[in-house]
Amino acid sequence: MTAPMVHFADVRKLYGAHPVLDGLSFSVSPGEKLALIGASGSGKTTILRILMTLEEIEGGSVAIQGSPLWNPGMAKLSTRQRETQLHEMRRNIGMVFQQFNLFPHMTVLRNVTLAPMLTQGLSQAAAKVLAMELLDMVGMAHKAHALPAELSGGQKQRVAIARALALKPKVMLFDEVTSALDPELVEEVLNVMRKLAVETDMTMLLVTHEMSFARDFADRVLFLDGGRIVEEGPPKDIFSNPQQERTKQFLHKIVAAGLSL
Amino acid sequence: MEWDWSFALEIIPLLAQGVKITVYAGLLASALAMLTGLGIAILRRSAGPVMGSVVRFGVGFVRGTPLLVQLYFTFYVLPDVGIYLSPLAAGVITLGIHYSTYTSEVYRAGIDNVDRGLWEAAKALNLTRPQTWWYVILPQAVPPMLPALGNYIVAMFKETPLLSVITVIELMGEARIIANIHYRYLEPMTMVGLFFLAVSVPSVIALQYLEKRYGVAQKRHRTMAIF
Amino acid sequence: MPPSIEFLPIILAGAILTIELTLMGGILALVVAFVVGFARLANSAWLRSPARIFMEFFRGSSMLVQLFWAYFVLPLAGVSLTPLQAGVLILGLNSGAYMSEIVRGAMLALPREQFEACIALNLGRWERLRYVLLPQALRLMIPPFSNSAVELLKSTSVVSLISLSDMTFRAQTVRAQTGDASVPFTTILVVYFVLATILSSLLNSVERRLRPTKGGRT
Repeated sequence: MTAPMVHFADVRKLYGAHPVLDGLSFSVSPGEKLALIGASGSGKTTILRILMTLEEIEGGSVAIQGSPLWNPGMAKLSTRQRETQLHEMRRNIGMVFQQFNLFPHMTVLRNVTLAPMLTQGLSQAAAKVLAMELLDMVGMAHKAHALPAELSGGQKQRVAIARALALKPKVMLFDEVTSALDPELVEEVLNVMRKLAVETDMTMLLVTHEMSFARDFADRVLFLDGGRIVEEGPPKDIFSNPQQERTKQFLHKIVAAGLSL
Repeated sequence: MEWDWSFALEIIPLLAQGVKITVYAGLLASALAMLTGLGIAILRRSAGPVMGSVVRFGVGFVRGTPLLVQLYFTFYVLPDVGIYLSPLAAGVITLGIHYSTYTSEVYRAGIDNVDRGLWEAAKALNLTRPQTWWYVILPQAVPPMLPALGNYIVAMFKETPLLSVITVIELMGEARIIANIHYRYLEPMTMVGLFFLAVSVPSVIALQYLEKRYGVAQKRHRTMAIF
Repeated sequence: MPPSIEFLPIILAGAILTIELTLMGGILALVVAFVVGFARLANSAWLRSPARIFMEFFRGSSMLVQLFWAYFVLPLAGVSLTPLQAGVLILGLNSGAYMSEIVRGAMLALPREQFEACIALNLGRWERLRYVLLPQALRLMIPPFSNSAVELLKSTSVVSLISLSDMTFRAQTVRAQTGDASVPFTTILVVYFVLATILSSLLNSVERRLRPTKGGRT
């Protein structure tokens, strides 16, 4: 049996005295598309941030393909040693943020070419070919020389996806990528992600409030509450036939909110 | 040259004389800067376009030229046109007016930050313009400005040594006289420096605290481990 | 016609030293500002505390006192500085102390998300700074730097008190020689103002050039 792509074992994460993740364990197989759902504050975004090494953990361990990404022993390393180790691990992971976080002082093209040139030693020409390919895939090639400020939210997010893909990560993290968008712009971003799911065998972790998208997109859904996994399973089971009371309540609220729109 | 404790002790009474003048000049100049600055800010707001640009140019000119040269100007040139000022008066007025160009910016920003709706509400209540300023606008605008104004008071205080060049015998003047007579610079200069540090460092730190406490502090970064 | 008119060229020639002092002091101030500003952002308290003390020391004491101290007291410790060296040193350290707060403030004002995006793209520490954070922070720094530069230009007049022959020194000398004050002092007030205006419009144009442009290479 091969090692899981992502493995959380008994992970604890505190904000001050408040536990955000409370002994959380789960695995993601290579190529799997996993959706994380739950109310805000349930810890789902924290899972992605830990994987992207934006947050440290207080207990347990996190591994990517069997090699530890975070474990409490890392606190003893010097900043430089840690940076070196994390630099290696970050090669495997890409992330798309809720607020896009494009670099405002660079053109769209430069946003995409920068990291491949710097971290993978691509020549400028090679990086440009790669970037144009990706921008074409997300339907943004025509805006390659625009500045982020000139784009709509949906366009920015599509560029951000291309930027993350340019590093060819094994695991892609999508953190509420449509939450900051106007409703009419959501679909163009979701379409790109659907295409991605079909065309690549990348492992994907998705935090979302778009339940219908999660149902189509994911192979498996985790429902989190209070830093613990309440229920998990294939989307059709979770959405159509939830077993736990809290899952039912949560889905009920989401549906009610959706109807009131 | 070694530090001479007995000399240092001996000159303390003389320096203390200077401290009195320094504090006196600093306080008077601060009061002048606070009032004149407010006057400039209100004038710029109420003046028409022509008067407005005249005031703006004047403020820019005073701000864009050295305090030292302005001191010389007040002290040596004004008597030519019949304005005779004592050294202390010339120093206080120049320092106060120089810094009023800075404080006027603080007032201006503070006034601009007051909600437009308050002006309209005052109008709806039929308050006169001075009443609006005094009862509505200033009470809203002044508290957030206090740390910035405080910083300028500290800054003016640190500039008072320049007054010694127009023969005001404040602390620095006293120290320069002592240094010239005894031909010892170490003790008087060091003591003057320490005096300013002892006054301004705690004041600045206190003002920073005020700013954090009452100002629009932003807590963005838990750590800055960027590098 | 006041007798001081014939000395005007001599006074105006002093502007060259004023400009030189501003430039040299400014270069030193920039170096100091970045070293101290970044040290104050460091993780290690061994870097942060000395930087803080340096900054508070130079901001907390009078520049004139510092200048006299550097010129008259340091030689007693075996460090003899020419008036020019003492002037540039004190101008640079003093102005640098103020500007270090600008550097630090600009770095802290960058959105945390920009830093996180760098991590997500696996950029190294230096690369984050060089390509993403610094270019954005520089644009925030220039307008306040422009104010500091004008303050620096104004402070250069103080070095006339350690007998450096800048514009202020020459005006003061001409006043003492001819007894006429209005021509020399009015002239140099105008020259200082013109220099200050040129300096700030130069820095404004730098800021405009740093704005993002289409196809820009930053």
